[in-house]
Order: sequence, then structure tokens, then C-alpha cells
Amino acid sequence: MTPIDLANPTRFLALSARVLPWLAAATVILLTIGLYQSAFAPDDYQQGATVKIMFIHVPNAWLSMFVWGVMSVASLGTLVWRHPLADVAAKAAAPIGAAFTFLALVTGSLWGRPMWGTYWEWDARLTSVLILFLMYLGLMALWRAVEDPSRAARAAAVLTLVGAINLPIIKFSVDWWNTLHQPASVMRMGGSTLDRAFLIPLLVMAIAFTLLFITLHLAAMRNEILRRRVRSLQMMQASQRAA
Amino acid sequence: MSLGPYASFIMTSYAAAALVVATLIGWVMIDYRNQTQRLRELDRSGITRRSGRSATDRP
Repeated sequence: MTPIDLANPTRFLALSARVLPWLAAATVILLTIGLYQSAFAPDDYQQGATVKIMFIHVPNAWLSMFVWGVMSVASLGTLVWRHPLADVAAKAAAPIGAAFTFLALVTGSLWGRPMWGTYWEWDARLTSVLILFLMYLGLMALWRAVEDPSRAARAAAVLTLVGAINLPIIKFSVDWWNTLHQPASVMRMGGSTLDRAFLIPLLVMAIAFTLLFITLHLAAMRNEILRRRVRSLQMMQASQRAA
Repeated sequence: MSLGPYASFIMTSYAAAALVVATLIGWVMIDYRNQTQRLRELDRSGITRRSGRSATDRP
């Protein structure tokens, strides 16, 4: 099975229908394991029990950027290869990415209040993630504003690729500027600085949330394909009535 | 398992995550139900795809 085979929406619907129950089951199992490990992880010597917030904050922060990355690849698919499912993938991912980014911001604020003494600080990392969230909302508004999906797709693809400039800014903001947000502690040169007691639950939760995204994304793509079928059939119905 | 003096911040974080994830799952499921229902209605009114298949056919 190659990406070309999946270019056929009907074939994609058939394959995703078979894969989705397995993905959903794997997500539930991993989330259960991750939540159990998070609940019984030891307290950090500095953060105390608030370290538990990291087990949901960090996966959501990673996914906020990962989803935009997925949308950027899909946008290339729309503009360069004109893959029929590329704009379906980009459109379906946007609300899910916005939700993960919202969660990263909320849980970050809830961690920041007891640890930093403030819910919000206009530092480079927090501000660039807020901009990412606003870009998700802008993209969703653009999709809704243009009725014809193929016309909306090209504009959204360009906006997505321009917005991808924000991804390295988010990633390296803690290195380039003096921020309140701490530097990278998991994905860094020289390996993770986290103890295994925190690293393992964090990685399990990160994989679980990534599986959750893939599951929701496939389901949302199926819905988008069905929505487009509804639209084309309604147009056919309208033209039959007019004739 | 003691959550210490900041238990409310921890509980609120997990509750927010649960709420957002539940909303996403609900949105996807309701959207699927709405689209398949519309396709069935179109099918009943005799509108079929150019391939000749029923709009609600599984491939």
C-alpha cells in the first residue's frame, strides 16, 4: 500500500475503517498505563507533586507543533503534488491541533502559577505558542469563510507553510532569548536530563497522545470526505431540481 | 498519593485535559453521525454518486 493507493478517497475510507478500532484500543491502553504511571510517579525535589502537570503539558506542547508540521506536509501535498487527500488531511488536523495547543497553554499556566508565581509571562516561548494557537484559529476561520473546499485549500496551504516559520522559533526560543520558560530537558544534545522515574511516564503519555491524535485525525478525515460527498450530492440535487 | 499544597492546580490540569479530549471525541462522533445521516437522506431521495454506488455504500 503506497500513498498513491490512498489517493483514492473510497480506498482511504475502507482502510481507515479497518485501522481505526485498533488505533483507538492502543490509545486507550497506553493512556491508561501513562495515567497510572503519572499518578504514582514520585514528587520532584523542587516542584513537588506539580511535576504531574508536566505529564500532560509536555505531550500537548509537542503535539501543538507536530500537528502544524503534519499540516505543513499536507499543504505541500496540496500545492506541489495536488494529492486529493492532502487538503482533507490539513483541514481535519487544524481543530485537533488547536485543542492540543490550548491544552498546552492552559496546563502551562496552571503549572506556572505555583512554580513561577504567575499564570502568564510575555516571554518568547509562551508568546510564540500563543501565536501558534491564534494561527490555528485563523486557519479554521479561513476554511469556514471560503465555501468551495478546493479554493480554500490553496489559500490555507500557503498560510500553513508561512506559519511553519513559527515552529523553529518556538523550539529555539528558550535558547535564543532569555526566557522564564526552562530550556529543553528531554530532546537535547547530550541526552535527557530527566530521571527515569519522570522520563518513562512522560514518554508513555507522549506516545499515547500521539496515538490519540492519529486516531482523531483519521476519523476527522473520514468525516471531511463524507462532508464533501454530501456537498457534491446536494449540488447535483439542486441542479436536477433547476433543470 | 498526596498531591500537596498545589492539588487544585494539578486536578484542574487533568480535568481540563479530560474535558478537551472528551469534546474532541464527541465532535468527531457527532460529525460522523450527521454526515452519514445526510448521505442516507440523499440516498432515499434518489440522489446517487456518479459511480452508481449508493452515497452510503461501504467500498
